[in-house]
Amino acid sequence: MLEWIIVLPLLGFLINGLFGSIFPKSIVGWLGTAFVFGSFVATCFLFRDLLTSLPGEGSVYLRVFTFLNVGNFHVDIAFQFDRLSAIMALIITGIGTLIHLYSISYMADDAGLYKFFSFLNLFIFNMLVLVLGSNFMMMFFGWEGVGLCSYLLIGFWYKNVSFGKAARKAFIMNRIGDLGLLMGLFLIYQNFGSFEYTEVFAKVGRLEVGTEICTAIALLLFIGAMGKSAQIPLFTWLPDAMAGPTPVSALIHAATMVTAGIYLVVRCEAIYALAPFAREVIMWIGLATSLMAALIGLKQNDIKKVLAYSTVSQLGFMFIALGCGAYTAALFHVITHAFFKALLFLGAGSVIHGMHHEQDIRQMGGLRKKMPITYLTFLIGTLAITGFPMLSGFFSKDEIFTAILSHNRLVFILGLLSAFITVFYTFRMFFVTFHGTYRNHHHSFEKVHESPLLMTLPLLILAVLSVIGGAVNFPNYMGEGISGGLHHLLSFDGGGRFSPILIFPEQSFEISHAQEWLLAALTPLFLTIFVVVRNKYLVKAAVPEADADQVGLGKVLANKFYVDESYDRSFVEPIELVSDTLTEYVDEKAFKSSFDGIGRANQYFGSLLSRVQNGNIEYYLVYMVVGLCLLLAFNLF
Amino acid sequence: MEVIIIPFIACLCVSILGKRNNIWLSTLFSSLPLFFVYQYFQHLDSSGKWISLFDHAWISDKIRFTLAFDGLTGLMLILTNMLVPLIILAGIRNDENQVKLTALTLFMQAALNGVFMAHDGLMFYIFWELALIPIYFITLTMSGKQAFKITLRFFLYTFVGSLAMLASLIYLFLHTADHSFDFESLRAVELNLNQSIGVGAGILLAFLVKIPILPFHSWQADTYTEAPASGSMLLGGIMLKMGLYGILRWYFPLAPESIAFFQPWIIGLSVAGVLYGAIIALRQKDMKRLVAFSSLSHVALIAAGFFTLSAEGIEGGLLQMFVHGVNVVGLFLVIEIIERSTGTRVLGELGGLAKNNRICMVFFMLVALGTMAVPFTNGFPGEFLLLKSLYAYNHNLALLAGLTIIFSAVYILRMVQFSMFGEGKKAMSPLSWNEILAFVILAVGIVGIGFMPQIIIDMVHKSVLIIATWISEANGILS
Repeated sequence: MLEWIIVLPLLGFLINGLFGSIFPKSIVGWLGTAFVFGSFVATCFLFRDLLTSLPGEGSVYLRVFTFLNVGNFHVDIAFQFDRLSAIMALIITGIGTLIHLYSISYMADDAGLYKFFSFLNLFIFNMLVLVLGSNFMMMFFGWEGVGLCSYLLIGFWYKNVSFGKAARKAFIMNRIGDLGLLMGLFLIYQNFGSFEYTEVFAKVGRLEVGTEICTAIALLLFIGAMGKSAQIPLFTWLPDAMAGPTPVSALIHAATMVTAGIYLVVRCEAIYALAPFAREVIMWIGLATSLMAALIGLKQNDIKKVLAYSTVSQLGFMFIALGCGAYTAALFHVITHAFFKALLFLGAGSVIHGMHHEQDIRQMGGLRKKMPITYLTFLIGTLAITGFPMLSGFFSKDEIFTAILSHNRLVFILGLLSAFITVFYTFRMFFVTFHGTYRNHHHSFEKVHESPLLMTLPLLILAVLSVIGGAVNFPNYMGEGISGGLHHLLSFDGGGRFSPILIFPEQSFEISHAQEWLLAALTPLFLTIFVVVRNKYLVKAAVPEADADQVGLGKVLANKFYVDESYDRSFVEPIELVSDTLTEYVDEKAFKSSFDGIGRANQYFGSLLSRVQNGNIEYYLVYMVVGLCLLLAFNLF
Repeated sequence: MEVIIIPFIACLCVSILGKRNNIWLSTLFSSLPLFFVYQYFQHLDSSGKWISLFDHAWISDKIRFTLAFDGLTGLMLILTNMLVPLIILAGIRNDENQVKLTALTLFMQAALNGVFMAHDGLMFYIFWELALIPIYFITLTMSGKQAFKITLRFFLYTFVGSLAMLASLIYLFLHTADHSFDFESLRAVELNLNQSIGVGAGILLAFLVKIPILPFHSWQADTYTEAPASGSMLLGGIMLKMGLYGILRWYFPLAPESIAFFQPWIIGLSVAGVLYGAIIALRQKDMKRLVAFSSLSHVALIAAGFFTLSAEGIEGGLLQMFVHGVNVVGLFLVIEIIERSTGTRVLGELGGLAKNNRICMVFFMLVALGTMAVPFTNGFPGEFLLLKSLYAYNHNLALLAGLTIIFSAVYILRMVQFSMFGEGKKAMSPLSWNEILAFVILAVGIVGIGFMPQIIIDMVHKSVLIIATWISEANGILS
């Protein structure tokens, strides 16, 4: 069964990629969707087996063949279906199927439809390799593979030069992270002699907390995670990645690929448990990213850019949780975030579709009348992401904040600030888009339309999931939830760790009653924010000002803290200068001229000597006599 | 013996037939040696020794014409005899140079096969120099205005290197017990450290120039750029592998005592070369020049891997040699096709070619991925092993060399972007059958090795083990 999960999307890629151009368009999309759905069904079957087995048991292994066996280095193409990979695989194939379904309609008019679906399938394949691989090498394969698919799909409309630039930026920024990850892998192999998770974590288990090796590995792996999950300083590619078709943004740049960094840390939880310093770093970087992205989100007017910064910000939250050691909470947020962020992106796609490719929210307004389903589902997504009580986002954020509160007060306060800002910019986007009056001059309001069923159906399903998604892991005070919640399923303290080896029981995040009250008191605060934003953008129907009119902090935010510009100044330009200097002076002048110089010197000495051979027989006679004398002298003495 | 004679006869036939010659027939003949290589493999036993397949007294009883074969030679022969037919096939064009080019390429094939099979020092040297002759004429007579100057520089550079190698070989020859140029006799010569360094320096110089390693590289970019496509493919795809092969086959066994002395220098220079080539490639506008510098960068990494003296480094390096051959030929092929149909290969003047040539686009992307070492393409396993070996040698050097995975993504994607994507004024003509055939074969190589690199590792493993044993015996410590 495990092999089918992986093989089906690959088959879909090959069939659509090789023959898609001769298939009728209607088949291509359904074919691609069917392969992913097949993979989802297979995952469900395996997952059912896993649920019925005892904690720590029920994992399925599949060794395919030896990839490399050189010297002491041995690595297999091998897969492992355990509790962690099961959850990830369910998200990937489940949400993947919905987004494929959505794309059939969304991309129907595109000439490269078969290309689009084959790339999407390839992405699913690579993502599954990433989470289902049984060793670090497989993870790296998937890791780079999803980066490649992301590149291909961001630059899908290849005629647009700036899209191509965004695609390259994404790939290159990811490669920077990958270098760190690669170094981490080398260090792992050097110290533990294997890439297999089971073997590595078994050996890690014998080390003590704070071991330098663990800290180094943890930090290096985290550099990889920074790239893939768009954390400071490698986050600037994600907003640009919105150049890709919207389903791509939903699938790759919101629900699945960008959470690979969280998967990496959770998978290597055994290592991070021994590296408190690395966790501290992760927490602060996550916090900084979360705040910074939320602030930038305040001033974005492209509906997809708002969502992109919100994704970066939410990923930051997940890393804060990881930094606190709350792995389950982070994973829980990965799940709920996948639901509501996919929903929001697909909703945005529906809006863009209905608005004839308009993405600027200032050009929208009043859409709720024309797009009731999109409006309603978008509202649910908005409520979920802002943590409205009893929706999925509420539970996962609650768990994260509980963990932070028991860990570090300052981080708690700053994290809350970020959450408040989230409420503000998300509702700002929502009100400006769906409420107020229609403001577009290019297309009349009559032309705006609701999307077809194929697009609204995934929206509805995701909306339902966004509402009930919290049920996978109800907090203890609300009863057991489905099958005892994620804690039970992942069962950190029951012997069924992600890695089969038990090292530490997960820190429990007990908080006092006073603190619980504090958490409860936050709801009115959130409501206040809501009222403020409602007052400004709904009641007063304010429209965000043009970028040129921004002043002060607003200008800095609208320009995204000038991060791109400063990277250009401090990295791109100097390297280009070095490159030009090397080309022009070192390679052309120094190396080549010095070699030619040797040649010229030879010619010069040659010409000196050639004067000796001047054709005068008298000179030759003199040379002969001198030569003979020297020869005699040499032999005599 | 067959692998040398067949291309040589084919070369004569082509020269005699002239314009009546059929290109498909030449391609067929040039691929015949592959069949014999397959047969040679049947002779191998489990020991991994370099077994002689042909042996005849030559200049004297002691200087013999001996051809030997093992996994290492086998790999090089497969590379050569797989790429040469592709190069001939892809080089089809209807101009006056066609005959000359085909004949010289076939001659080259014979000489290269000789280089990789020679078991006698003098023979090795002679084939080494023979291989220089066809490429000299290809670049001299078929390239641009600066042909003479560039070819002269190239020729002098490699020739001086070769002479140094000859001097070292003669020195060893004079010290052999039985006055023989045979590989085993040369290897048996006991040298003290200083002698070994002297001999090693001579041999190494020839190889370092050919690879080329940093200060000896200035012949390369111009020659690659100016030579006709077939010439660039021969140079980049096969010829520079002569240098790497030479290090492993001749330098390591003949002067093992000097390795420890040269090791830090070569690795340092190689890592510098990796960065140097990559950084220069970032801003090149001429696609061939870009590939030349990227090649400089990639090959330097192989040399560094060899000198780490680890199994990962050497076997990963051998894997990467093969892979680099496939990829560089693929890149030059695409560039040639682009240039032929648009009249330019300068990035600023191109763009948007993807829209009317999908097959070329897909293939270009595939080779690009291979060159960037994306997993499941051929470039990845080798680069991974090389960086890993370097990491074991020195963390910081590995980090520096590792920057290549970032830089290569930058320059390769830039090349793809500005030739294939965007809007462009120029259009590409459809591909011909021979080009598609070449694409398919190379594509199979790229994906096949990407999934199953172990096949190549297994092929060379035993030979490498023997060489490694010699090195450790001579040095006592290394393994």
